[in-house]
Formats: sequence, structure tokens, C-alpha cells
Amino acid sequence: MVMTADSPGKKIEVDGLRLRYGAKEVIHGISFHVEPHEIFAIIGPAQSGKTSLLRCINRTIEFTAGTRVGGKVLVDGEDVQQVKSVYELRRRIGMVAPLPVGLPLSIYDNVAFAPRAAGVRGKDDLDGLIERCLRQAALWDEVKDRLDSLGTKLSGGQQQRLTIARALSHQPEVLCLDEFSIAIDPVTTMRIEDVLKELKNEMTIILVTNLVQQARRLASRTMFLWNGNIVEVDRNEVIFSDAPASKHTLDYVNGIFG
Amino acid sequence: MFTQTPLVRRKQRNEIIAKWIFGAMAVAMVVPLLLIIFHLVSRAWPLLSWDFLVTNPVGGMRRGGVWSAFLGTIYLVVMSLCISAPIGVLAAVYLNEYARDSWFTRIINLAVVNLAGVPSIVHALFGLGAFVIFAGMGRSILAASLTLAIMTLPVIIASTKESLAAVPVSFREACWNVGASRWQTIRRIVLPNSISGILTGVILQVSRTAGETAPIMFTGAVFFKKIPEGDLFAYNLRDQCMALSMHLYTVTTQVTNAPEALPYAIAVILLATVLFANALSISLRVYLRSRKKW
Repeated sequence: MVMTADSPGKKIEVDGLRLRYGAKEVIHGISFHVEPHEIFAIIGPAQSGKTSLLRCINRTIEFTAGTRVGGKVLVDGEDVQQVKSVYELRRRIGMVAPLPVGLPLSIYDNVAFAPRAAGVRGKDDLDGLIERCLRQAALWDEVKDRLDSLGTKLSGGQQQRLTIARALSHQPEVLCLDEFSIAIDPVTTMRIEDVLKELKNEMTIILVTNLVQQARRLASRTMFLWNGNIVEVDRNEVIFSDAPASKHTLDYVNGIFG
Repeated sequence: MFTQTPLVRRKQRNEIIAKWIFGAMAVAMVVPLLLIIFHLVSRAWPLLSWDFLVTNPVGGMRRGGVWSAFLGTIYLVVMSLCISAPIGVLAAVYLNEYARDSWFTRIINLAVVNLAGVPSIVHALFGLGAFVIFAGMGRSILAASLTLAIMTLPVIIASTKESLAAVPVSFREACWNVGASRWQTIRRIVLPNSISGILTGVILQVSRTAGETAPIMFTGAVFFKKIPEGDLFAYNLRDQCMALSMHLYTVTTQVTNAPEALPYAIAVILLATVLFANALSISLRVYLRSRKKW
């Protein structure tokens, strides 16, 4: 990983980001940064722009008609709007959606999809990579004997871990998890949380979550996003203390509103 | 606890009534088809034989079979689908997967919808002007197939778009998220999961193409033509040809003293051709559906 001189310690830097859907602005010029190898949590009620924000980072927002992005998102100091290959950008950023999506392919092909799309062909390379990703996603032991069965036939929780394995398969530098636990049970959630704590050593993790306690458990810093504005972004010791900078933050993390 | 209140009884009664009404309508659909087939086959029975299919009409079309008309219909159907299927499917992929919502794509979609609503006789006149006269193809299988292709194109585009749209958007997003291009997504995920619907839509156009008389009347079909019997390659694309639909029209309206069973026998061959294509489409659908993965 190369860090440019003007952004030391900033894996991702968001500067004055604005997002409009047609005439409606949903993100109103927000600025923050994410440090390398941290778990950065984003909390906030529905419709506050959390998912849209993630989609601005890997530029899949472009697939939605009528969107206009203003401001800048920098990954390793490089403006995502200026990158030479948007596919390369998306491979550097792993994305896990809220609802598990097993592609209608075998479990093996699900995980091999991204490497193959990037041109990896060798069977030995793929085999090793796929085993590693499935192990990291805590799914290997359950599926190792039936890698050729359909990914869509797995249970919801297994599919979500398959989705995580797929996001890891292109060896991203940043892993974005968008409410990954809403479709899975608490035990599996805890297993994946353990995995995330380990993965932190290899990559930077952005965790969008509705579960305030999950942000508290996992993240080192948390951002409270509300109606497209940042209410507060700080270290967890501050956000989850008795005296965060904003009264709204205190109320939200304590379940008084939201 | 589980006593029947008047409300529950009314619900149960309505449920039974609804079930029988819907069921009766479904059965009513089947009855006309069976009656038509029974009526046609019983009237045509004296003439139906393998020889009827593979011999040319003779004696002023009063005797002999339907070979040249049957083969002509096959040529027209296959040729027109060979033209309209690739263009229609590729256009639908563009419209559904690539095109953004803009005035340009709206115009294309409007054109598709309106083209589907154009009466076939208007297609015929267009084909006569554009292919037969302007492009200098003359009345030929080629000109008639192109006319039929233009007629089926909008329907193929519409049915293909529908099949593509049935593939969940979440699949596409999952692919884009891992850095796959649109084409990689289409080839690996979208097409394999919509191919059954696409093919069904295309094959269903066989019945339309085989049945139409108007579009081919001015562009390539003739009253009578003699071709070598049993030769599948008897027609040339620049030739005019006979066609079953046109032949049926001719025999019923222009030929006097034809045997009473003759038009019925022609109709049976036409119907059998169409039903065969539909059966093929259904079995293909069942087969591909069984391999569908979600």
C-alpha cells in the first residue's frame, strides 16, 4: 500500500461530498476520513444516506439513474472520479450488501466470480484463494464437501457469509459492510464479528450498522450520520461516553430517539 | 374457540364460488381448441396421409398434396426468425441493460410499442415498397422473410426485455460490486438466467409468422409453384414460394370444385406445424427452467 504525502494516515478521505437523486439532495456536503486498518462504524437512522455514501465510494451509485455526485472521495489520495479503471477501484473496495445475494452459480463459482472477472484462470490459484476466502468468512467447514452445489440454496446466514467471502475474493484493501447482520442470527453475527477483528490487520473496514452496540463492540471510531449530515464523528470512547459533543448523539446511542 | 361465525361461513362460501368460477374459465379456454382440432381433423381425415405432406399440389390444386406450400412456410419462418431473433434479442439487451432513461431510449421504446401495433397488411405494403421495389429484391423469399421479421421484431424485443427484467437487480449489483463489467455481468449471470424466457418468446413467434397471409402476399408468396418433391433445399432465397396460409386462402376462395376435405387438410398441416413449434418451445422452457438456479 502506497500512501501519498498529503494524506498520511488516511485510507479514505471524503471531502465535501454531496449527492442528489434528481432534485432531492440526500447527502449535504460531508467530510471525514477513515484511517488504515481501523474499523470505522457509521450509524444513523434509515434514510440518513449511509448506503448511498458507500455507493459513492465504489462508484456503483452511477448505476442509479439521475444521481449527481459533488465533492470528492479519495482512496489512498486518489480521486475516485479520476481513476483509470473503475473496475480496479471496485476490486480494491469489497462491498457486502444488507441482504445476502447468492449468485445463481455454485458456491465455488460464487467466490471465483470476481477473480475470474479480473482474469485469474489457473485452477490451483483459484482453489487456494477460494478456500482462504471461505475460511475467513467462517463458512468453509460447512460447505467444503459441497462446493459445487448452488449458492442460492444455502440458508440466509450462510449466503451472507458467502457474500462476505465473495467480497474478500478480490482481495480488497477496504471492506465495506452494509448492515451485514440484519439477515443472520446472533451466533453467526458474533462469529463474523470475530473474523472482522482479525481482518482489520489486513484491511480497512467500514461498518454501516443499525445496531449501535455492534458499532460500540467493533469500531475504533464511529460516525453518526443523520439526514445526510454528520452529527458527530469521533473515537468510540467519546461517542459512547456520557458526554459526546452532540446531545443528539447521546440520545441516539442510548436509544432515546431513532 | 373455533365456532363458525357468519363471517367465517361467508368467507368459506366465497372461497368455493371463486375457485369454481376461475376453474370454469380455465376449462373454457381449452374447449374451443379441442373443438377446433376435432372438427378439422374429422373433416380432413380422408386426405390426411404422409403422401399429402410430401407431394406437390396438382390438377389445378385440386389433387396432390401441400409439399411446396409446406416447405415454403418452413423457409419463411426460419429465415424471418434468423433475421429478427438476433436483432431483437441484442436490441432488448441494449435497452434493458445498457440504455439510460433518456429522450433517445424513450423514443426507441415508443417505436417498439407502436411497431407492435401496426396491422400486418401495413407491414405488407411497407415490405413491398422497401424490399421488393426499393431494394430491388423482387418478390422473393428474402423480401417476404424481411417483411415478416419486421413484423415480429417488436414482439421479440418486448418479450426479451421482460425476461431480462425478471432477473433480480440484486444479482447485477452483486456483480458490479466485485468489479465485473456490464458485459461480464450480462454474459455470466443475466443471459444464462433469462435464456429460457427469451427462447420461448422467440419460438412463439413461429406461430405468428406461419399464420400470417397478408405480409407475404405482396412480397414473395405465389398461388402455385412446383418444386422437386422431397428436396429440403428446393427453394432459393431469390425464388418466390408457396406458403400454407396463402395456399389455404387460395384453395378456399379461388379454386372451384376442390374436394371438400382439402382446405381442412391444409389447415391441419398448418395447425400441426404451429403446435409442433409451440410444443418445442414448452419443452425447451421446462428443460431450461429445471436448470434455473434460483
